[in-house]
Amino acid sequence: MSSSNTSFNELDDIYQDIILDHYRHPRNKAKMPDPDLVSRGFNPFCGDEVILMIKLSTENQINTISFTGQGCSISQASASILTELIKGKHIKETMEISNMFRNLVKGLSIGDEELDKLGELEALKGVSKFPVRIKCALLPWSTLEDAISTNKAS
Amino acid sequence: MLNPKEIRKDFPILDLQVYGKPLVYLDNAATSQKPNQVIDTLTTYYRNYNSNVHRGVHSLSIKATELYESAREKIAKFINAQSDSLIYTKGTTDAINLVAHSWGVNNIQAGDEILLTEMEHHSNLVPWQILAKRNGATLKFIPVTESGMLDLSQLNTLLTSKTKLVAITQMSNALGTINPVKEICKQGHAAGAYILIDGAQSVPHMPVDVEDMDCDFLAFSSHKMLGPTGIGCLYIKKSILETMDPVNHGGDMVKEVTLNHATWNDLPIRFEAGTPNIADAIAFGTAIDYLTDLGMDQVQAYEEHLTRYALDVVKGLSENFIFYGPPNPAERGAIISFHCPEIHPHDIGTILDREGIAIRAGHHCAMPLVNGRLGLPATARASFYVYNTEHEVDVLAASLKTTLQYFNR
Repeated sequence: MSSSNTSFNELDDIYQDIILDHYRHPRNKAKMPDPDLVSRGFNPFCGDEVILMIKLSTENQINTISFTGQGCSISQASASILTELIKGKHIKETMEISNMFRNLVKGLSIGDEELDKLGELEALKGVSKFPVRIKCALLPWSTLEDAISTNKAS
Repeated sequence: MLNPKEIRKDFPILDLQVYGKPLVYLDNAATSQKPNQVIDTLTTYYRNYNSNVHRGVHSLSIKATELYESAREKIAKFINAQSDSLIYTKGTTDAINLVAHSWGVNNIQAGDEILLTEMEHHSNLVPWQILAKRNGATLKFIPVTESGMLDLSQLNTLLTSKTKLVAITQMSNALGTINPVKEICKQGHAAGAYILIDGAQSVPHMPVDVEDMDCDFLAFSSHKMLGPTGIGCLYIKKSILETMDPVNHGGDMVKEVTLNHATWNDLPIRFEAGTPNIADAIAFGTAIDYLTDLGMDQVQAYEEHLTRYALDVVKGLSENFIFYGPPNPAERGAIISFHCPEIHPHDIGTILDREGIAIRAGHHCAMPLVNGRLGLPATARASFYVYNTEHEVDVLAASLKTTLQYFNR
């Protein structure tokens, strides 16, 4: 895309190469037989769908995680990054990451140490400039929160 | 042929810039823009005539009542109806719900069938789902073909002696398909059914004549036809209207009230309890004047011309984009619904927005059609009106090309 086109340049804030790469080549996108946790997130506004499937260790760490679903580049890339980022982490830590990510896409200031923990999710920071798309970025994370709270409830 | 460049002068919002680009407003199936005449009617009313209608003896109230009722007459004439068969509602959704809650509750019985189509907007589907559950009726659906048209070959078998109501859109909001409602009314009536037409998309874009069509109910909205939001109309055939009970009760809809009893006012006021949406009804009348001056034959001819042009232009994009709806521009309204396997409709919508182009992306409140029948999570939809130009179609097509380049960089 021509760099002289300013309006397209603003789009680079949201459509970073990392995002488009995760959208075109989603990681861990597969059905999981017999998961410990399953949760489906659906955004009726745009029809985005994310289904997370998780196997936990006995110490409540994310042993394996995969997702299926369909939707826009933002929701699907966010899901793909989520699966890579939280694998091996304790569910408590995943909730901390989820909260940090919420702050990031809402445009709140975030410390360098926290930013490190967010890894590739930082590429979704620009979503804060596109308010109607914040829900897309958060969909996989809301789905994760649902999965974990359902687990606690049971 | 209508001259959109002249028409545009009446619409101040079309001079806006979005992200430094001229606004290209292609979301008319969601809501249309408003001409100065309509905007001025609203301010003139509040500055000069604001008053409550029907019961006042003072000059302002008399004037407000006169304007409110003369708007009803204009709207009725627009669809070739009598004004006492036309009820003001909040819009199409409210109108269809009124039919379901009043006529439907009392006339749809256990074992009855309601015949709908797979292409209905949720507002002409969900009220019937609720009614069918409540009264023990069954919903049946006329299927949609690959090209987005109704498969009427099955109409004869779908219409049975149990069919009490056929509720069908005249123009699909998702695909633009124009359905042969006159023929469906004929066959439906022959089977003993009543017919409701969802005119939300058709009444703004083509001549609609309730006498000629012979429907029993017709619902439509002001805001999709140059008028304000929050006002619409329900036409009901007089012989049916006279048998119907009001749904809302209170002021204005009553004639005599004692502590334990009330009698109903005349038609159609008995269906308009409470202080109505006076200003918006009057401004709806102004929108009707505007469209009447253009001529609905002319409106339809221009939109068919623009659709033909658009379908021709987008042929150049067919390698990457799939376009839905009837291939023949004469069988569809000015709605172009499309999908790109490489880019989700919401990403297309966000990128086009930065080019000043307003389209809609989603299921268009027709999930059974878009998600079910077409098997898509969403489509992108460009929808046109009298002020859209061939140049805007060109801008859309060019921007879709740059969107593709940008996304596949």
